[in-house]
Amino acid sequence: MLSNTMKRRTFLKGSLVAGGAGVALSLGLIPTVVIGAWPKSAFKSKDVNGALNGVLNASDTVASDKIKIKAPKIAENGAVVPVTVSTDLANVESITILTSGNVNPMAAHFNLSSNTLPTVSTRVKMAKTSDIIGVIKADGKLFSAKKSVKVTIGGCGG
Amino acid sequence: MGTIKIRAKAKKGVTTVKSLITHPMKTGLRKNKKTGKLIPAHFIQEITCQHNGTEVMKAYWGPSISKNPYLSFKFKGGEKGDKITINWMDNKGNKDSLSKKIR
Repeated sequence: MLSNTMKRRTFLKGSLVAGGAGVALSLGLIPTVVIGAWPKSAFKSKDVNGALNGVLNASDTVASDKIKIKAPKIAENGAVVPVTVSTDLANVESITILTSGNVNPMAAHFNLSSNTLPTVSTRVKMAKTSDIIGVIKADGKLFSAKKSVKVTIGGCGG
Repeated sequence: MGTIKIRAKAKKGVTTVKSLITHPMKTGLRKNKKTGKLIPAHFIQEITCQHNGTEVMKAYWGPSISKNPYLSFKFKGGEKGDKITINWMDNKGNKDSLSKKIR
């Protein structure tokens, strides 16, 4: 009888330890792997070239008229500026949106699958009147276009 | 939690996905007026979208994305009734996920 309870106890202990390891795994390890994928250097960079280097490993872009940036000429509220970046270029791998006037210009980087059409829309914050830059990676090359947006109220909200 | 809203519509072989997420998106640059302390950054870092389990879009976001972010994109393929899943994760490790059928 005694030995039986002892066994049960050691068994429980063992399962607790195993359970603890499982929790540690799901809490600790997996998120760090996911966060590791987020290009921190790009988002922390204070200039456009640094931001592009951080996410695309290159900052030389070719200006292209095949990229269309849809954004208001005058943004009444810099905290919410709707932006659409689209292109006619083929084999687009990624679309990057930057706001040149912000402390950290990097706003968003979209990786697209081969079936995804090269057009994305979102809303960005703009601290002051500046350019929205759209950078597209197509066939391994970088293309860019920009559009100036006048901000009438500072957009540091949020 | 229910922070995600999805609307996905298939038309002529192209699916348009529109999504709204409820999130404060704090930049970490702004100060609390009363205490003078910086409000810590809190923003979505990563957002992915899957169509029937296959990833069609994966984005990295920074704090310059507006509060309560809006996202829209299109992909080829997708039919009425197919499953669209959107997942996000923020810099504090919070996450949410929602699946919805294409209309």
